[in-house]
Amino acid sequence: MAERVQPINLSTFGGAAVVALLLVLTLGTLGAVAWRAEEVSALSKNDWSAVRFTLWQAAVSAVLSAVFAIPVARALARRQFRGRALLLTVLGAPFILPVIVAVLGLLAVYGRSGIVSDVLAWAGLEPVSIYGWQGVILAHVFFNLPLATRLILQGWLSIPAERFRLAQSLGFDSRDIAKHLEWPMLREVLPGVVMVIFLICTTSFAVALALGGGPKATTIELAIYQAFRFDFDLGKAALLGLVQFAIGAVLALASLGISVPSGHGAGLDRVVPRNDGSKVVDAIAIAVVALFLITPLAMIVAKGLPGLPDLSLSILSAAWRSVWVAVASAGLTVIMALALALLSLRWGRGVEAVGYLSVAASPLVIGTGLFILTYRWINPVLLALPVTVLVNAAMSLPFTLRALSPALRQLEENYGRLATSLGLSGWARLRIVVLPRLRRPLGFGAGLAAALSMGDLGVITLFADPSRATLPLALYNLMTAYRMEQAFAAALVLLALSLTLFWLFDRGGRVDADL
Amino acid sequence: MKKTLSSVGLIALATTAFAEEKPVLTVYAPDYFTSEWGPGPKIEAAFEKTCGCDLQYVAGDVLPRLLLEGERTKADVVIGLNTDVTKRARETGLFLPHGQDTSDLTLPIEWTDDVFLPFNWGHTAFIYNTEKMSNAPTTFDAFLADEGTKVVLQDPRSSISGLALMLWVKAVYGDDSQEAFNKLARKTLTVTKGWSESYGMFTDGEADMVLSYTTSPAYHIIAEGDETKRAAIFDEGHYFMTELAARVKTSEQPELAQAFMGFVLSETFQEMIPTANWSFPAKLDADKLPEGFKKLDMPKKALFYSEDEAAGLRDAALEEWLSAFSQ
Amino acid sequence: MLTFDKVEIVQGDFSLTADLLVPAGAKVSVIGPSGAGKSTLLSALAGFVPVTSGRILWNGEDITKAAPADRPLAMVFQDSNLFPHLTVAQNVGLGLKPSLKLSPQQNARVAEALARVGLNGFDDRKPAALSGGQRSRVALARVLLRDKPVMVLDEPFAALGPALRVEMLALMAEIAQERGLTVLMVTHDPKDARQLDGSTILVADGVAHAPVPTGPFLDAPPDVLRAYLGG
Repeated sequence: MAERVQPINLSTFGGAAVVALLLVLTLGTLGAVAWRAEEVSALSKNDWSAVRFTLWQAAVSAVLSAVFAIPVARALARRQFRGRALLLTVLGAPFILPVIVAVLGLLAVYGRSGIVSDVLAWAGLEPVSIYGWQGVILAHVFFNLPLATRLILQGWLSIPAERFRLAQSLGFDSRDIAKHLEWPMLREVLPGVVMVIFLICTTSFAVALALGGGPKATTIELAIYQAFRFDFDLGKAALLGLVQFAIGAVLALASLGISVPSGHGAGLDRVVPRNDGSKVVDAIAIAVVALFLITPLAMIVAKGLPGLPDLSLSILSAAWRSVWVAVASAGLTVIMALALALLSLRWGRGVEAVGYLSVAASPLVIGTGLFILTYRWINPVLLALPVTVLVNAAMSLPFTLRALSPALRQLEENYGRLATSLGLSGWARLRIVVLPRLRRPLGFGAGLAAALSMGDLGVITLFADPSRATLPLALYNLMTAYRMEQAFAAALVLLALSLTLFWLFDRGGRVDADL
Repeated sequence: MKKTLSSVGLIALATTAFAEEKPVLTVYAPDYFTSEWGPGPKIEAAFEKTCGCDLQYVAGDVLPRLLLEGERTKADVVIGLNTDVTKRARETGLFLPHGQDTSDLTLPIEWTDDVFLPFNWGHTAFIYNTEKMSNAPTTFDAFLADEGTKVVLQDPRSSISGLALMLWVKAVYGDDSQEAFNKLARKTLTVTKGWSESYGMFTDGEADMVLSYTTSPAYHIIAEGDETKRAAIFDEGHYFMTELAARVKTSEQPELAQAFMGFVLSETFQEMIPTANWSFPAKLDADKLPEGFKKLDMPKKALFYSEDEAAGLRDAALEEWLSAFSQ
Repeated sequence: MLTFDKVEIVQGDFSLTADLLVPAGAKVSVIGPSGAGKSTLLSALAGFVPVTSGRILWNGEDITKAAPADRPLAMVFQDSNLFPHLTVAQNVGLGLKPSLKLSPQQNARVAEALARVGLNGFDDRKPAALSGGQRSRVALARVLLRDKPVMVLDEPFAALGPALRVEMLALMAEIAQERGLTVLMVTHDPKDARQLDGSTILVADGVAHAPVPTGPFLDAPPDVLRAYLGG
């Protein structure tokens, strides 16, 4: 029920400010690029086939990631086992790796000279080439399955224990539980998960190309890159950026429309031990996913170890700088997500949709647009780190929002009236009701944002400050200077730091919950 | 109180006076150049010894930034442009002649451009591993005919080396280039966005050969003592690549900028290029090169298109490349 | 005195009119068939549902547009009356100050209220550790501290067993009597209404009727209620 008797307050203002900021970052930068364009060129047939391929691979990747994530999330929700907490943390990893590192790690497992090929050869089977659409989908699922799992798991954990107790007392078997408890939750959570992953995959570029085997796997982002860096055709870049953005916007709105609240009601934060379902199936699901994720990661770690002793001090200071940027980004993301989610309770889901737009926007467009908007007044080098924090926060916002929004909605549904009737509003309401009850998704969201920010090159090369490099940039510089072993060592440092940050934030959110 | 104020005031005055002493030379350069492992830092140190100035780099994509800034640019000098952008760069009208004598450069081709000054050079080449391949192809034809050896390339739409490969095929095969691209596509493992991914795939053993530069083995020889990586040299010739520096018209430090252009061709600068930039210096006698460079396999023939020729060929060549690789 | 002055509440197809007076200190049960709008009436009174036309007045003062917390009433919901992550003392303390920054005197009042409802020493427990009846008592303790003249309850003891329900109703009535509170209670069980023994508002067919004495009303209920109440 809308509480129309509530006055406009700080949260409205904050939320509106975030909306405005995001619109400037996405549409504003697009507009700046278009404004500087000298002519408007039409899209060629190559561009259109890039659009088609982008849409297709993103859709398949998103659906597969979500579908595979469901049994894994269910297994994690139902079972307690040693190493569960570790697995949950490691599920944050693939997402945060710099693309180059992840690609080489995947190839070490699935490539021509990788483990899988060796195993197949040993078994006397034909090798399977990863290069092609199968490689693109594989890579995208690798990156996004963990995220999907965590988001869906969150949905599972939000079903109150009281419902499960009721189900158990009524003698529900796992099929009944699936139908009455779990399916309504999935109906609420899945559309958003699929949407977020779709959006991530639409801006994919290097991964798609390298694993896709060649130009057949051209995405819109590559076309935008070409327009900016090679043809210097700002008009085309703006147009492509607009197409990409429009796709994202339509999708974000559509998925938010499809999602149906589960209506499970409130619980008393009890933990219920579950014993439904097949232990074997769950064990298999967990084992398969763990193997799928950990082997490439293990390869990356193995590659990185030899180079560790040779790492220079500047890498470590770049790492330190990245950590601070990541923490700042995480803080900013959480504030923005909370403001947006609170505002969208009041003004409807369109507001929430704005939060997802930044993933649909091309990082290149954002970077170039920001440059155009600011270079006349401020030296871009001065803006390097603040812009990095801001853009990273905007890029992480969709994921944090996805983690936060359903939880906030449920909170409002269950306790909103109680809080209002007690006169809890503004800061007191945040402090006493909202933040404590949202601790888990907030921790997860902050962890994601911090980890993403660590690994993000930012493509804001127009704002780079050579004397104050971040770790991903240092990694990239090492690679272009032939120092592959050191680059992998730096990647290992990056991975370790990102996971640690993720764990710290995430754990903070899970502190006294047994889940 | 008054004493403190006046002494603070004196110090402030002195500091500003001191700061005003050193003019700033702003140099736009690519990321790899300004990084700790590139030539940038050494060049900065060397130049600052003699110029009495403070050299500051601005890292990032050079030409896109210049195009956006136009005449408001703060750049005095740009360095790190490559030959496929010179036409576009020239059209901006932002550059002044470099004023250097280019008659005795140690390049395999003649250089007559008076605006863009080469500071390093190399050729495209396919690198292979002698431990895996004992008989490297000696002609481009032989290379293309061997479908069993898989090579990893870069995409011409996102990488300068990829673009250079495209022009290389055009230069060798002329009107028969479509057939050549088709054959190349059949031996290509995959195409990557940039050089780093490709080279990483090669050093990991995923690809048998990689599109890189004739100077790449120098890194392995000098820094790793590893002589197993070599460039396959083709009789038909290799495509010449060079990187350039130029003076900016709107610079507020014209003397410094001019001095820097002179510095580019100086022996101090040129001697840093081989082991910091892993390419050949544009003006350095062969006997002054490091030992490792003398061991490099070198092509007898360097192929090169002028900027107008390259611009004219590019779009058609890209279409051919796309059609070959999209099978 | 609580006045519903030609109040009309429209929600989609549903509409409810209420034009009635509730004297101060009255004990009113709100009864009616399912879906008639009993909860809606209370929601409108509490300020969660906007009133389409008409006014609600308390002692002549127009509270139609007031924020829920500014209205002269304390509400007990059907469920979710307590925040699971806060202790009993904190939940009760919210009745005094939303910011939970309580002075020593205020803390003492919390303890007093808990003692009044028979929950001495339960301060630090969390709701999950309490029984249904105990949770209802905590909600009542909070009402005590809210110090509002009107107590509004929406099927507050529905989840409790028969004996416990009688006990809770008695406690609630006792508190209301002590403080001279006006009570409006939605209930689906006529036994509750009889126990409360004040007046009854019938909500049926889109109309909330004026209060009538409970006993006689339930002895001879109108047709619309007869089916609902059974033989």
